[in-house]
Amino acid sequence: MSNENVLSRRGLLMKMGVLFNGLVATALTVPIVRFVLSSITRGRANAYLSWVPLGSVSEFPEGETRMATFRNPYVTPTDGKTVDTACWVRRVAGDEFQVFAVNCAHLGCPVRWFPQSGLFMCPCHGGAYYRDGSRASGPPERGLFEYPHKIENGLVTIQAGELPTPGLSATLLGKKPPCA
Amino acid sequence: MRLIAQIGEWFDRRLQLAAPIREAAEHAVPRNTASWWYVFGSAALTVFLLQLVTGILLALIYVPSASEAWSSLQALNHDVTLGWFIRALHGWGSNFMVAIVLIHMVQVFLFGAYKFPRELTWIIGVFLLLMTLGMAFSGQVLRFDQDAYWGLGIGASIASRVPIFGPAIVKLMLGGPIIAGATLSRFFALHVFVIPAMLIGFVCLHLLMVLKLGINEWPMPGRIVKRATYESEYHQLTKKDGAPFVPYAVWKDLFFAAFILLAVAACAVYFGPFGPTGRPDPTIIQTVPKPDYFFLWLYALLSLLPPSLETPALLIGPVIVIAGLVLLPFLSGEGEKSWRRRPIAVLTVLLIAVTLGTFTHLAGFTPWSPHMNAWSGDPVPERFLHGTTALERQGALVFQVKQCRNCHSLGESGGQRGPALDNVAARLTQDQLIRQVIQGGGNMPAYGRNLSPAETTALVAFLATLHPAGQAPAREAARDVVLKQSGSAP
Repeated sequence: MSNENVLSRRGLLMKMGVLFNGLVATALTVPIVRFVLSSITRGRANAYLSWVPLGSVSEFPEGETRMATFRNPYVTPTDGKTVDTACWVRRVAGDEFQVFAVNCAHLGCPVRWFPQSGLFMCPCHGGAYYRDGSRASGPPERGLFEYPHKIENGLVTIQAGELPTPGLSATLLGKKPPCA
Repeated sequence: MRLIAQIGEWFDRRLQLAAPIREAAEHAVPRNTASWWYVFGSAALTVFLLQLVTGILLALIYVPSASEAWSSLQALNHDVTLGWFIRALHGWGSNFMVAIVLIHMVQVFLFGAYKFPRELTWIIGVFLLLMTLGMAFSGQVLRFDQDAYWGLGIGASIASRVPIFGPAIVKLMLGGPIIAGATLSRFFALHVFVIPAMLIGFVCLHLLMVLKLGINEWPMPGRIVKRATYESEYHQLTKKDGAPFVPYAVWKDLFFAAFILLAVAACAVYFGPFGPTGRPDPTIIQTVPKPDYFFLWLYALLSLLPPSLETPALLIGPVIVIAGLVLLPFLSGEGEKSWRRRPIAVLTVLLIAVTLGTFTHLAGFTPWSPHMNAWSGDPVPERFLHGTTALERQGALVFQVKQCRNCHSLGESGGQRGPALDNVAARLTQDQLIRQVIQGGGNMPAYGRNLSPAETTALVAFLATLHPAGQAPAREAARDVVLKQSGSAP
């Protein structure tokens, strides 16, 4: 075939072959993309979040801040110890609680509670917070992350399941602590 | 001997590789490129090969599971014969690789080797640098210990700041809502399959272009690169003053490669493997996470940036840096190659080196972090207590118990987050001290709610004693005048 405008039989077959491959590739892309994005899409349905108990109210003395640990509600077989999480529980008075994530609102390092000075201090970049979780000094732009909590059957229960990060503040952990 | 030759011939008849390999090995290079300055590229390749080999060896034992990884590293360190040495080689190899890649890049930049026609070689080199850093970070994650766990948290916190997509990126990066089994598995896939495959591909392209375009000639001041004439000039140069790469130049590469391997091995034997530090258990919060050496500068930068600048710097900074590196050969693809005629290039390199070096140095002793145990561990030096009243001593006690020491040093021990207080009374009057303690300010928390009036009085009484022997404490001048006018001595 010397005329370039005429489509040859072979040329047509090759183009159909390319098209066929394109169709198959597109069909395969859908499940592959869905697989890759599964960790995001499942999060949107909020399936990760659920209420987990931290202990009975009496374990937390009034006016004090204690550490509590809980097991992440969503566990896979290879998680090991990583699903055990710590948090700071402050019993203000009676049934009034605040539950803070240990993760610094700056870059997520674990903050430590110092009851003597009433401060949370971060070992990484020097963030500090007051006892009510509000920002005291250092690089954090906001107060500590707070888990939503409720008292149920005498148990302090929090809604957990996601790593608190600054970007989540707009949705899940939006409640900013009042200024000290 | 004849048998070997026959076998070789048998293979080459089928592979037909001997001729092109000989041609590549013996291609003419400008005589003055047989320099010790031209050995870093091949050294980077050598260390990369070492990383491939030791990485495969580690994978024989390592288990990429969040519940097993740490124990398998312990087994490598303690149970498997010479497991510690292979881990040490791989860990030190990564440090050397980052360092050599950076040195190679600086050399290429200062020698103008990124200019026409080697723009694409440079751009691929930029991607190779990014992949090397990606390998360094993902490798640190595979050493699944406390540093790795909290390092991932830092990575997630940075990623979460991307507008709108932040939370989705975090879940994609972690493989779920928290740092757990899926996180380690996907970093394993990145570190062992994805990035190495890309690295191998890009290294081949990089090398191919070095062969096709020829090694950059030694830059001579005044020899200007012009698109129209460069290629024929380079051709002339290799013809007139060229020598075959093998053996004329290659021996220096060989010596340096062996020297680098020996240096990696020496570090591995002498310093041993990196970690793992404590178990990656998020309920153990008594930890001070720190990144590996090559990311320490970033750790320092994140502490020192003003909070309002942090997110823009984190999100826009890398884009600007990468875009700048990629665009460099297009912005200055012609002109002088010699560093002697490019003072701004030299100053840029020096500025970046000094900046990174300073940040890395600072991250070595983290003056911005409170010393978590200073309040209970560091003694108040005797000279600050000598001859003090009971109230002042009570103040010294308040100073320690309220953890002031975690951020303020006395006698050179204690935190460096706030100013040293050895001479604070020479700077602040009593009233100013009270106000600073109660209201805070200037990056100091307010202690008003955590100090009783009696504690504040004692603390300020102690702080007021902290001034040099020959220097009176700070006083408010107006107060002296008022007291004098009212007739009573100050």
